[in-house]
Amino acid sequence: MKLKQILALPCCRILVEGQPDREISKIFCCDLLSIAMSRAPADGVWVTVMGNRNTLAVASLTETACIVLAEGVTLDEDTLGKAEEEGIAILATDLPVFDMALKIYQEGFA
Amino acid sequence: MNDTLTFRYTIDGDDFTRAGEASSSVKNKLKQLGLDSDVIRKVAIAMYEGEINMVIHADGGEITVSVSDSDITMILADRGPGIPDVDQAMQEGFSTARPEVRSLGFGAGMGLPNMKRYTDEMKIDTVIGEGTTITMKVYI
Repeated sequence: MKLKQILALPCCRILVEGQPDREISKIFCCDLLSIAMSRAPADGVWVTVMGNRNTLAVASLTETACIVLAEGVTLDEDTLGKAEEEGIAILATDLPVFDMALKIYQEGFA
Repeated sequence: MNDTLTFRYTIDGDDFTRAGEASSSVKNKLKQLGLDSDVIRKVAIAMYEGEINMVIHADGGEITVSVSDSDITMILADRGPGIPDVDQAMQEGFSTARPEVRSLGFGAGMGLPNMKRYTDEMKIDTVIGEGTTITMKVYI
């Protein structure tokens, strides 16, 4: 699936658009950054409730295409600006992690 | 001919939000050199974990990264408290990180084990009260 299919989901708010034509490899759910660092797949969409600047650093190092912040979590303007520079999409949703990941799965992986 | 490339970074101990910038910079440089993406990923993970450790435990330090034809060597040197029991520190899940560090998603006791897992060689030299130097190599 392409990132733009995720960007179009009605349950998400787009904070940073990233690269809409990027091909998404996998869905990944994790809130512990040390585990995400070693396990997040390249070109993946990462659903998490951990919203701080280090989340973006981990996404950048692992070549994550898109971060989806679940449970109403958000990121500060500075970090969003950095995500913009790095071409990493940031979405926000009020859904829990599993429900959000399932919606993405049903949209593009089922 | 000596064609080893060297990059040096000073890691700021106070600024947790900037941790990872040195690793990002190295990753971008290795990409420009056209190195294999698997090698780059290993270096990025190992160095990021080391960088985070320096900020959490040692009030920063210095990182030197050298790229030769055969490997990438990372030397992370700090003047922190030292590691009292290296074997214990190498166990997954063992952590001495503060609660505020844990609340940011770190301090799970994965740092050193991840560094070991993603590198081909790793050596820890530590002296209590003087500091720790970790040398890691990833083969190209």
